[in-house]
Amino acid sequence: MITARGLVQTFHTGRGKQAKEVQAVRGVDIDVAEGEVVGFLGPNGAGKTTTLRMLTTLLKPTAGTATVAGYDVATQSVQVRRSIGYCSQVGSTFSGAFAGDEVVDHGMLYGMSRRDAVAHGQELFERLQLDGLWRRMPKNMSGGQKRRLDIAMALIHSPSLVFLDEPTTGLDPQARINLWRHIDDLRAKQGATVFLTTHYLDEADALADRIVIIDRGEIVASDTADNLKAAVAGDLVDLEVTDGSQVATARDKLATISGSVEVEGTHVRGRVARAGKAVPGLLRDLESSGISLESIEVARPTLDDVFLTLTGRSLRDAEAATEDPAQHRSEGGAA
Amino acid sequence: MRLFLRESFIVFNRQLRMNLRNPAWVIIGMLQPVLYLLLFGPLLAPVIKQLGGNKYTWFVPGMLVQLGIFGAFFAGFSLIGEWREGVIEAERVTPAHRSALLFGRLYRDLLQLFVQALILVVLGLVLGMDASFGGIVVGVVLTLMLGGACAAASLAFALTVKSEDVMAPVINLVMMPVLLLSGILLPMSFGARWLQRLSDFMPIKHVVNAVRSAFFGQFDASMLWGVGWTVLLFGLAVWWGTQVFKKENA
Repeated sequence: MITARGLVQTFHTGRGKQAKEVQAVRGVDIDVAEGEVVGFLGPNGAGKTTTLRMLTTLLKPTAGTATVAGYDVATQSVQVRRSIGYCSQVGSTFSGAFAGDEVVDHGMLYGMSRRDAVAHGQELFERLQLDGLWRRMPKNMSGGQKRRLDIAMALIHSPSLVFLDEPTTGLDPQARINLWRHIDDLRAKQGATVFLTTHYLDEADALADRIVIIDRGEIVASDTADNLKAAVAGDLVDLEVTDGSQVATARDKLATISGSVEVEGTHVRGRVARAGKAVPGLLRDLESSGISLESIEVARPTLDDVFLTLTGRSLRDAEAATEDPAQHRSEGGAA
Repeated sequence: MRLFLRESFIVFNRQLRMNLRNPAWVIIGMLQPVLYLLLFGPLLAPVIKQLGGNKYTWFVPGMLVQLGIFGAFFAGFSLIGEWREGVIEAERVTPAHRSALLFGRLYRDLLQLFVQALILVVLGLVLGMDASFGGIVVGVVLTLMLGGACAAASLAFALTVKSEDVMAPVINLVMMPVLLLSGILLPMSFGARWLQRLSDFMPIKHVVNAVRSAFFGQFDASMLWGVGWTVLLFGLAVWWGTQVFKKENA
């Protein structure tokens, strides 16, 4: 459904002596299969929105190629637009217009007749729990309702591929979980392929079949959340040794199944791939060596652990430290 | 072409609906020319007496051009609001012609200007304006083209700078010399010679002269200059607007 090869986006900022070239996206390759839900994860400024804007024909790639729904984004942009739905992070409706009118007009710009657009719009309102809001203005809606309205706008022409840019940013936890359910339904009920950008780890974890991680304009990983956690980070095994003199031996034992072991007081910690299989053997080994444990904890890694392992920084720290030039150019807001 | 017209009319309908939903602006828009004519017309009467001829036949064309410029130059402000709310991006990701997104908005501005012009002309006739039907039609068409040019330029500029804080001072900067040097309110012949020479370089002055000539039924050389400038300004502004709306990442 999406194939991108070597996508590059370069911006020129400043003038005169302060002029500089910023490469927001540096040779990105992406493959998304039909029916997949792919989470495009990265901190603010990593290049998520810039990549998405290139794939949705809103921004011409500086270099590289991409086909979306079988059409080239550079030479067949109209066909690409006809095939995709796009939900921008800043919204898509005018606050002072009636919600129903906005959806119908949007559908008509895709070539739908007014009658079809009204019928499908009302069906979407029902499905997205917007019943009764047809004649309400977005300015009088809650954040969750507005986002669902944006999704209705993106779905009005029944696209086979939907791009969602930070769909839940700014929503309260309850509204987020409610919106996740609707995003899940996009594939289940509509059979749509979904490409969503997010900087929420739990969102990517909950929604995506596969996660593509981007950092500083480059793809650093692409796999299922489970595989990424297992292969890149591994489970965290924390052994608390009863006798402090046995810490060194415990560390050596853990090192046989973990690449990096740390010691802190009587705690010996290390990342272990698929700990569920490895830990029983480790426990037998420790027991046969006479090492007594106060406690043992096995923690599943988070996507932040994956990000940390891949980039050397935490996703949360990275968010605070970077900014996306495309974002500032296009929306003056956060990526 | 049919598709382009359909798309631009969808945008036009949407814009018109939003304008009509805000009756305060519609009423203000309608009242503006009426107030000018009723309050400024009598003030101008002694001045126009020196020139001879019907004061309203002289004054209404100036008001028409002023309406065409002022109202249309502010069209870009609403576009910035729409852009900020993501409407422009949502429209740009549909398969609709991007120039249809500009033209739909232009139709709205032209319709609004047309209705205001009608009110102004009817009121002028009621107050005693003496102009032929043909002259009025030519004058209104020129006004609409000039208004279209200003609206297209305003929309293009708005989508380029995307900031009301930049738009407002720039419009003021442009409007001040236009108002003072185009003879909209007072004839330039009343000014010093150097001022008259300077005003020759102001395209809008030639448009005002042409609309005035049309109302007086004088289809002379000043008409040619005015029509020429109007067509040129309209062509340039629409071309600029189309380029900006078509531009990647606009």
